[in-house]
Amino acid sequence: MNAFFEALILQAGYNAALVAVGAALLGFAAGSSGTFLFLRKRALVSDAVAHATLPGVALAFMLMVALGGDGRNLIGLLAGSAITAWIGLLLIEWISRRTRLAEDAAIGAVLGVFFGVGIVLLTIVQSMSAGRQAGLESFLLGSTAGMLFQDAVVIAVGGSLAVFATWLMRRPMTLVAFDSEYAAAMGYNVRRIDLLMMGLVLAVTVIGLKLVGLILIVAMLIIPAVTARFWTDRSGRVIWIAGTIGGLSGYLGAVLSASAPALPTGPIIVLVAAALFVLSLLLAPRRGVLAAVLRHRRFQRRVHRRQGLLALAARHAIRETYTLRLLTKEGLVRPDGVPTDIGRAQAAKVARDERRWDVAREIHQDAGLTGRYDGLTPIEEVFTADEIAEFDRRLGPPVAVGGA
Amino acid sequence: MTTTQQPIVAAQDGRATRPAAVPTGAPLAVRGVTVSYGEKPAVFSVDATFPAEAMSAIIGPNGAGKSTLLKAALGVIPRLSGEVYVFGQPVEKARERIAYVPQRASVDWDFPTTVMDVVQMGLYRKVGLLGRLSGQMAARARDCLDRVGMADFSHRQIGQLSGGQQQRVFLARALAQDADLYLLDEPFAGVDAATERAIIDVLKLLKAEGKAVVAVHHDLSTVSDYFDHVFLINVRRIAEGPVSDTFTTGNLQATYGGRLAATHLDELPVAGGV
Amino acid sequence: MGAEFVQFSLTPILIGVFSAIACALPGNFLILRRQALIGDAISHVVLPGIVVAFLVTGVVAAIPMLLGAAGAAIVAVILIEAVKRLGNIEPGAAMGVVFTAMFAAGVLILEQTDTSKVHLDVEHALMGNLESLIWFRAEGWHSLLDPAALATLPDELPRIAVVCAIVVALTLIFWRWLKIATFDEGFAQALGIPATALGFGLVVTAAVAAVAAFDAVGSIIVIAMFICPPAAARLMTNRLEHQIWWSAVFATLSAVLGYVFAGYGPLWFGAQNAVSAAGMIASVSGVILGLACLFAPHRNRVGVGKEEAA
Repeated sequence: MNAFFEALILQAGYNAALVAVGAALLGFAAGSSGTFLFLRKRALVSDAVAHATLPGVALAFMLMVALGGDGRNLIGLLAGSAITAWIGLLLIEWISRRTRLAEDAAIGAVLGVFFGVGIVLLTIVQSMSAGRQAGLESFLLGSTAGMLFQDAVVIAVGGSLAVFATWLMRRPMTLVAFDSEYAAAMGYNVRRIDLLMMGLVLAVTVIGLKLVGLILIVAMLIIPAVTARFWTDRSGRVIWIAGTIGGLSGYLGAVLSASAPALPTGPIIVLVAAALFVLSLLLAPRRGVLAAVLRHRRFQRRVHRRQGLLALAARHAIRETYTLRLLTKEGLVRPDGVPTDIGRAQAAKVARDERRWDVAREIHQDAGLTGRYDGLTPIEEVFTADEIAEFDRRLGPPVAVGGA
Repeated sequence: MTTTQQPIVAAQDGRATRPAAVPTGAPLAVRGVTVSYGEKPAVFSVDATFPAEAMSAIIGPNGAGKSTLLKAALGVIPRLSGEVYVFGQPVEKARERIAYVPQRASVDWDFPTTVMDVVQMGLYRKVGLLGRLSGQMAARARDCLDRVGMADFSHRQIGQLSGGQQQRVFLARALAQDADLYLLDEPFAGVDAATERAIIDVLKLLKAEGKAVVAVHHDLSTVSDYFDHVFLINVRRIAEGPVSDTFTTGNLQATYGGRLAATHLDELPVAGGV
Repeated sequence: MGAEFVQFSLTPILIGVFSAIACALPGNFLILRRQALIGDAISHVVLPGIVVAFLVTGVVAAIPMLLGAAGAAIVAVILIEAVKRLGNIEPGAAMGVVFTAMFAAGVLILEQTDTSKVHLDVEHALMGNLESLIWFRAEGWHSLLDPAALATLPDELPRIAVVCAIVVALTLIFWRWLKIATFDEGFAQALGIPATALGFGLVVTAAVAAVAAFDAVGSIIVIAMFICPPAAARLMTNRLEHQIWWSAVFATLSAVLGYVFAGYGPLWFGAQNAVSAAGMIASVSGVILGLACLFAPHRNRVGVGKEEAA
């Protein structure tokens, strides 16, 4: 536990501190730029982009070695990965625009094939004399263990730049994500913003390679965005909430990972984010599962109760067992389906409201008001007391329900 | 609460309720059906009965739950409550007596299949999973295509058809089902005049053969020409009955509210005039 | 094409072909249903499934691991469906959340347990080990008739052959249902066909195929095989029946060419070592898809009726 607190307050060594800060920054940038993808319903494009980095890493290594340099230079490797990832992105666009294949097929094809090519190249690298200790496999799952100081700097600086870029693009990004047509009408170049956003996603992916690895970086782009969506419907906020969740996951993940052996950074970061997601999925106040289930049960009860009362008002038998059980439990009918006094009273109220609605719809030929005649909306919510009194005047004296 | 002060005159014998009016032998009877998308009822507690040997239209404004009612009756979307009877039987037990024409836009027309293939899908229930499609059945499918005037297109890929032709293929598929009740979801939406004519001719022939036809319909100007029976819906049942006494200005106004301009109503060939 | 071929290349090629076909068949329907990425999700959750199976049983045996992987795939499918419905999240994002979280859990558990003694590592899971599935006892083509030699065939071969046969059989049996439920789900339901259960069955079949193939060839080739051959096949024809055949042909072609290129290709360029066969098979399938995108007869969408359908 001690190690954890030390890491938490950035006292676990210079490298670990840099990595933790870098992970937080990267998480923030990933969360907010991932929101854009999520809202554009293109979340898994990032998965293809991530997998498409692998051939680039291997090629860059081979090229750097061929030029007589050190193949492990992180910046060189990241530049290579960015290039093939970009090619993968263009191919997805091209396939889904130019052929009859849908985008999901294009994503899957690019993902599988680029990764396959990457693995082929990786086996070549491993057979090179310089490649045996290249450690390129660490790009698959990320690894901060034994990370060089300059690698940590790259992550921290890259994370800061990504956050800065996100901040710069926050307005056009929000606009395009929520309503691209409106953005176009406002004079924004939607296509260019789309490309810039993909560029940002690509940058986040590439910077995250060393930290979480190419298989899991997609989680940092998707999970915070999806999680944030549970907490707000407001456009601007989603991005910042997603960024915060991403940053928190990145920081906590890196700290946890630094505090104990055999806790790989990438998976821990992803699992922290996933835990936040599960909590939000279940417990979020409006969109959470718990709230939704309760709301649905309540709604179903309301519908059946109302239908039961309508049946009583019309002096029909109640056919459905659930309705009958519900009304029996509330003391509105006896178990054999005969209404009690309270049931008859409530049915009378329902019947009168139905007649009020008839009058209301005759007077107000207005879709806005009469459109709310959906069986559930109480008439008192739609019309004022004076208006209802006027309906009643036209209706004449109340008519009893269940009269002989 | 003021309601409790209302005089309640209940039947004193404790048998205030009438017995259930279902199941009837009607081709399609819907009882207390409610469907909701989220918290808003799309169809609320609807009772409807569609008569035999007649063409019935389900009519209402956009978003009034016309298609929802049809799909819920078929069990294609779940009902929150309510029951559906087909010829007096629960719908689940009477599927072989129903033919269905979904909305044309509900499928991917880029699907790799031919016109003949689609029509033969109407026979799948009869053929079963592995049964051989007999020559007789293949001939039947060809005959159905012929009835909608599409016999020349049987080997065409479905994506190469016009909207009207696609609709005819869907109708041919329903004909292949050889049912007693035909349910059609907006069969005239976005089709050319010739197709509309062809479809209505086929439907009228079905009626003459003693079948029941129920269609979701949105063009008020053709209702009295095409249909015998109407069901007016706007989330709730507004009115139902023969076109001659149900398709009236009053009922239409009750259904459409302010969404139907009065001038438009004047031009409609409604029953009983204005 | 003598004894050496039978000993070193015949079984890997057969395993590759069976894997490719077993994945490509359900892939056809996944693509038409716009569920292509289910294959991606499934292949990622195989790793946690295997790891958990190892934790539970404590042994590295094929059957428990296959069961674990299949179980993980089914759990993932159910979770994806749950997240989609309960959270009202679009399918792609729901998949992304579920499979990455499960994969991360798998890697974490793997690192936490002492599996260094056993042959269980992430790279193997990703890349497979097709090259090592050789038939030691084979001395030539006549070994195919020698029961003693046949008994020493790598276990992976009969396993994937059986799975491939099951997938073929299921595709044939449920052909009509699959076709109609994929084309027009509402109509299928109106006919009384259990379209929802069928869709779930399709995904489970895909998962079983993925798991059996994964065992031999790793998870990348699985993703590529789900998508590339059927996608290329879609561009060759406008009939589903023909598309299925094309996808089987492309799958076979990818497997055979991929294996040959991986084994002999580097030698042609003067290199010493073979490259990853699974990776090369995926690469070849990508080249085939690329050629299909450029030249296949039905690569373009047809326009008529499209604009009204919107």
